[in-house]
Amino acid sequence: MVKVAIWGSLRTATDGQSEVEVEASNFKQLLDQLAIEYPALKPQIKRGVSLALDGKIYRESWFTKINKDSEVVLMPYMVGG
Amino acid sequence: MALDENGKRIFKVVGTRPPRPDGIDKVTGRAMYGADATAPGMLQGHILRSPHAHARIKSIDTSEAEALSGVKAVVTAKDFGLPDDESVLDVQDNCMARDKALYDGHPVAAVAASSAAIAKKALKLIKVDYEILPHVTDVDEAMKPDAPIVQTGRAMEDLPDGLSENVTYHFEFGHGDMDAGFAKADKIIERSFKTAATHQGYIEPHACLASMNSDGKGELWCCTQGQFYVRELCADIMQMDASQLRVTASEIGGGFGGKTTVFIEPVALALSRKSGRPVKIVMTRDEVFRATGPTVSSSTDVKIGMTKDGRITAAHATLRYQGGAFPCGTVQFGAQSAFAAYDLEAVQTIGWSALTNRPKEAAYRAPGAPMAIYAVESVVDELCQELNLDPLDVRLKNAAQKGTKSSYGPTFDDIGLKATLDAAKAHPHYAAPLGPNQGRGLSCGFWFNFGGNTCVSMNLNFDGTVGITEGNPDIGGSRASISQMAAEELGIPYEKVRTIVADTNSIGHNDVTDGSRVTFAVGLATIKAAREAIKEMCTRVAKIWDIDADAVYWEDGYAKPSGPNAGTFDPMSLEEIAAISAQTGGPIAGHHEVNADGAGVSFGVHLVDVEVDPETGATTVLRYTVFQDAGKAIHPDYVEGQMQGGAVQGIGWALNEEYIYGEDGLLQNPSLLDYRIPVASDLPNIDTVILEIPNPGHPYGVRGVGETPIVPPLAAISNAVSRALDLRMFELPMSPPKILKALSSKV
Amino acid sequence: MKNIHVSTTINGDPTEFICNPDESLLDVLRNRLGLTGAKEGCGTGDCGACSVTVNGRLVCSCLVLGVEAEAAEVETIEGMANGEKLHPLQQHFIDGAALQCGVCTPGILVAAKALLEKNPNPTDTEVRYWLAGNLCRCTGYDKIIKAVQSAAAEMRGA
Repeated sequence: MVKVAIWGSLRTATDGQSEVEVEASNFKQLLDQLAIEYPALKPQIKRGVSLALDGKIYRESWFTKINKDSEVVLMPYMVGG
Repeated sequence: MALDENGKRIFKVVGTRPPRPDGIDKVTGRAMYGADATAPGMLQGHILRSPHAHARIKSIDTSEAEALSGVKAVVTAKDFGLPDDESVLDVQDNCMARDKALYDGHPVAAVAASSAAIAKKALKLIKVDYEILPHVTDVDEAMKPDAPIVQTGRAMEDLPDGLSENVTYHFEFGHGDMDAGFAKADKIIERSFKTAATHQGYIEPHACLASMNSDGKGELWCCTQGQFYVRELCADIMQMDASQLRVTASEIGGGFGGKTTVFIEPVALALSRKSGRPVKIVMTRDEVFRATGPTVSSSTDVKIGMTKDGRITAAHATLRYQGGAFPCGTVQFGAQSAFAAYDLEAVQTIGWSALTNRPKEAAYRAPGAPMAIYAVESVVDELCQELNLDPLDVRLKNAAQKGTKSSYGPTFDDIGLKATLDAAKAHPHYAAPLGPNQGRGLSCGFWFNFGGNTCVSMNLNFDGTVGITEGNPDIGGSRASISQMAAEELGIPYEKVRTIVADTNSIGHNDVTDGSRVTFAVGLATIKAAREAIKEMCTRVAKIWDIDADAVYWEDGYAKPSGPNAGTFDPMSLEEIAAISAQTGGPIAGHHEVNADGAGVSFGVHLVDVEVDPETGATTVLRYTVFQDAGKAIHPDYVEGQMQGGAVQGIGWALNEEYIYGEDGLLQNPSLLDYRIPVASDLPNIDTVILEIPNPGHPYGVRGVGETPIVPPLAAISNAVSRALDLRMFELPMSPPKILKALSSKV
Repeated sequence: MKNIHVSTTINGDPTEFICNPDESLLDVLRNRLGLTGAKEGCGTGDCGACSVTVNGRLVCSCLVLGVEAEAAEVETIEGMANGEKLHPLQQHFIDGAALQCGVCTPGILVAAKALLEKNPNPTDTEVRYWLAGNLCRCTGYDKIIKAVQSAAAEMRGA
């Protein structure tokens, strides 16, 4: 299981939990699993999310490997100027 | 792609300051910008814009305009389809209003004619029947439940009671126990701040030249930060295949985030399709101000608790941003970045975003961060004053570092904030004496930076020179830095490399030039492409020497046998290998395609001295020093240029620049006379100190540098002015009338 | 309105054109003569990107009528280099990285050249006030001022 930190305003989609656990070994599995277990997260995942893995921000990269003890933080999709 | 293990390598080309490849074209007037292109039979396109802040379009009668001699096409929203994707439809609606004009300057129709004079005359013949609707331009007003609704059906999911349907987004970030944190504080300060919307202010107005053929093929020349994104948007809007629309990015006369979308390009394509002729559209400055760009305007509450010795115990911010007439998520970046510079046990940020009758917000350098960090750094400065603490010491005491759980969630890797603060503290600027009516301010700044989709193609010519094809418009000297990285990796002189920015049919997709990504991501792909070309060169040489490919290695521009066991051979240069490449298997190339990650966040600290004239309220910037972590400065001149240019844009934001709307909802100052950006005589030299804390996610340690420098000036100058006046300022810009007003209220 | 025939000299070359009586010199240069080095940043004389000289006087060509070029000597960015030899200002702008996007650069070079012709040894403050009519959004002006001063120093020494 991988622990995923959920940002504040998304916590209504995770029954108020700031951290959820899902079975995943890469980002694709993680996002798919999140969408299955917490369907209310789907709209945001569709709008776009970034994932921070051990402090490094990834914008897409489905096949990025996640270790069991990795720090995973769900973040809004990043853009810039 | 991780930092090279030989992170301490001695660079030969990287870190030098060679002349930029586009230099001569730009100093002789030969460089071709958006408005500089022409085509045979070209028509002039002009756009009719709403004179109202908010109005229903009951009907548009274009018949008289169409009948005018010389008019070849008129288009309105009826000439566009309805794209399935809501975000694309928003872009299209922003380019051409459908049912309602949503802001002063919103396009409602466009004309293509044989001359500009005829086109302008035709615009006057178009009859639009408007039903004027109530409007709202202020973010706090727009959030109230009885506010005029800008667009129905766009409210956020689960809209809380007591908020207007204009509220489109809500974000929350943070961690820790806020109540416990504030309970530990010796001093708590809670303040509210406002910042005005500002414009990116690129000197080149938007311009494009579109040509649609009857066989469905299209050509588009335009000034943009991202030709591929322009192609995707325009192909969607025009309902054509992406492969049939070739978009070529002209030289770009500034962007700063404002040229990351489309405004006139779909209109020019539609006019060209309808008229069967090439159509050029060039915006006036008035159009640029009224209908492109600006940033969000903001209204923010910040509450911070601190112990007597300067430790922050808890920090809270509520941010309210308006991003114009279409949903805009920029407040999320403000909410994420507000407290990024601090190592906090208890932190919470809440962001709200609302629709208003203003032009759609476009990204501007570190979008969303400057106004959030302005409010936070102002309160930190006031706490330092109240508790009689040195503001740099307090920042150092609370600074985020490797291992800090950031205010937006992830744990930081190697970051340069403390080193940057130390450099500021050690700098003579920090100890220099101040005179009467003078004040010194400082602020930290932060931006995430990112990588993104990137393609680079590198080709070795038979004469031993190298061509690099990449797909990101060069807005700050990136062709030079990319050539440097290629030369470094290949071990050849910089002068042997030429980098060009290709059109959309000449290379694979590249994300927009944004997010401070180009030197990082295109550089990374260039290094990978070079390593691929090197591998191929070594393979060819191994065949010549009749040894294993593994027994050949590359060093300083030569293929060499790897040791005595490999045999004794004279090293072969890139030039020699390229010259016989036809005989050894054909042209040699390297390419790399990647969605780059690991950009590495960027921190900066700005130090500024100002003098405020109590008679006039005018602020003079006396001295300015920028400290920033660049990871590795590839071309230090252009790193400094980013630091200086960003700082000056921030100075303008702090002191003068603002969108001023009247009671009628119309923009009062859509000209460079009334919207005053800093001029040379307003400014001192901008001193720079580059720090290099390598980014673990890039082979040379590069971090993006372009956006962070606009973040600190807002608070740094506000803190300096507040200290000079001995009166805390809460609103930007601090233009002379506002300073006089604040002074008059001082008891 | 009927077009008017104008005889003028541009960058030393005798030049003839026709234009509308209300057409700006900038539009004539860009649209009729192919001299697109001067840029239109505002059309109201606020940004200086269209700077040229008319009879040695620095002007915003967006505020000058094409017909005013009659019998005048007009100098634009295209005439600044002497063949392959760049003017010292042009060279120092490249060497000193005094441009980023480059769209303000032609106007700033024309303006700086006009300054150095009047005042070969300006102070930084004089350079800053002279160039106050030329907006640059990329550089923060720092490297521009330094490049003008290093070019001025070279020109004084030459």
